[in-house]
Amino acid sequence: MKREPELPHLPRDNQERERFIAGNLIFHFRPRTIPKRVLRFTHTWGLGGMSLVLVLVLFLSGIMLKFVYEPFPGGAYDSIVALQDEILFGRLIRNIHHWSANILVLMVFLHMLRVFFSKGFQPPRQFNWLIGLLLFTGCLAANFTGYLLPWDQLAYWAITICTAMLEYVPLIGNWLSETVRGGAEIGSTSLLVFYTLHTAIFPGCFIVLLSFHFWRIRKAGGIVLPPPDEGKTETELEVSIIPNLLLRELVVALILVAFIMLLAVIFDAPLGDRANPGLSPNPAKAPWYFAGIQELLLLLHPLFAILLVPLFVAGFLVFLPYFKYDSEESGKRFHSRRGRKMAVVSLLIAVVATIGGILANEALTQATTVPGIISNGFIPVILVLVGIVVYGKLLKKRFGASNNEIVQAYFVLLVVSYVILTLTGVWLRGEGMALAWP
Amino acid sequence: MESTDKNQKAAAAPADKMSRASFLTKIWTGLGLVAIAEFCWVFLTFLKPRETRTNLSSGEVVVAGPVEEFALNSVTAFSRGRFYLSRLENGGFQALSRKCTHLGCTVVWNAETRRFDCPCHSSAFDSRGNVISPPAPRGLDCFLVTIENQIVKVDTGSSPA
Repeated sequence: MKREPELPHLPRDNQERERFIAGNLIFHFRPRTIPKRVLRFTHTWGLGGMSLVLVLVLFLSGIMLKFVYEPFPGGAYDSIVALQDEILFGRLIRNIHHWSANILVLMVFLHMLRVFFSKGFQPPRQFNWLIGLLLFTGCLAANFTGYLLPWDQLAYWAITICTAMLEYVPLIGNWLSETVRGGAEIGSTSLLVFYTLHTAIFPGCFIVLLSFHFWRIRKAGGIVLPPPDEGKTETELEVSIIPNLLLRELVVALILVAFIMLLAVIFDAPLGDRANPGLSPNPAKAPWYFAGIQELLLLLHPLFAILLVPLFVAGFLVFLPYFKYDSEESGKRFHSRRGRKMAVVSLLIAVVATIGGILANEALTQATTVPGIISNGFIPVILVLVGIVVYGKLLKKRFGASNNEIVQAYFVLLVVSYVILTLTGVWLRGEGMALAWP
Repeated sequence: MESTDKNQKAAAAPADKMSRASFLTKIWTGLGLVAIAEFCWVFLTFLKPRETRTNLSSGEVVVAGPVEEFALNSVTAFSRGRFYLSRLENGGFQALSRKCTHLGCTVVWNAETRRFDCPCHSSAFDSRGNVISPPAPRGLDCFLVTIENQIVKVDTGSSPA
């Protein structure tokens, strides 16, 4: 009997699904089944997946922009004006690129928070946390290099001050800033270096790091699992990812893309006046994701704001998976009820302390007999460090907090204070960088 | 004895082979690291700042003009060369860089208050370039001024004084 050739069709049963996934170029890196519990949206909020979607949108829109943009001071601004005014959908593509880039920073930040609070950095996921940190850094660097490309007043001066910040690094400051800028001032070399980094180096790094990041997730057995509900001892129910996971991912991706389109249609990406090296705008602000560091620079001596504090924070984040924890349990949000309470308390402390610090700095700028490195450097930093250590000891002694909960409290302190600094830097600094209502 | 000799040789031979293999591995690893270091060095050389036609700050002598053109106590802005030429009350000249020493913004000369104000973070400098108001960490940089045949020339490539 002759066998009828089968018409192509979507997989109909689990066996067909597994064969399809295993044999498909795009899908073969995905698991064939996942625990049903992981499907819950609030388990991950889809943040990692949405970040990937945004990266793909950025690649696509960026490639299109590459056909039009001219990376030279003489042509950059005009090529963007031409893109927006003369090329069909040029303005839209640029807007899509701009909004995807900014929302991506927010999204990977939230993704990092989710991974942290669900303890997705405990073994065997420790190294993947580091890859994630690298990806976050790459995301900020890609945003930063892209910021210069329009070569308008906003771009020129934001990058001027950000690269000038590097000069405050001791010993290598001048070399560092001149290497990044390609010279003593922002010029045609800087633009070409930033353009190459933005359109070639960082996308390449992203492709490599993202692949590594996803492979490590598969190697660890998938997304970090919430611990099973009390009393339930039955075996985990596994479901095929077709259609359960894929359909959910598709829906979230489409909603995200629709949202980006909405933003791109309604709000234009900014384009100020053509860059004028002779005229500095008042105020000249760093991009919003660096506004926290700029705010820190206004409060602390440059050595601390540019080098020591960022190094300390980076060290904390890098060694986070490797601290000596009392428990290596992963998956449970906030670790425990007590941990959740401590997180809330830490949030309140951070809000009060950061705002207090900003106001204290305003009030005390008149007393300048003490050299800046002491009054705006050692004194506030030592005060904060002492406060942090005392807080940790208090949590342990009075509330019997475990190391996990203390580290969590510290993380909340760090994140919340940086958010407050960022909000202040973006909205509450006006002319001359004086504090002012927006 | 022969058998023990053979045994000894058999025992010695694998040990020899392993150490030779590991020695060669070490050499390869070392050479590989040297190659990577070389590549990084060349990569960084590509990034090194270089002289370009439009890169004025890499040193150019700007001819400011005849001495008589500049009144006493006046400050003239030169966009080419990025400096202010100040004629002092004693007739001498001072060429001040227009780059604020805080984060690089362009300072603005205010003739009424006779000071340089930076719009970015409100640093202020007096007419000689000294810091009046922080957050600037030091005074404005100076360029070398020479007067040849009554013509004022400013060397913007001179190391800031």
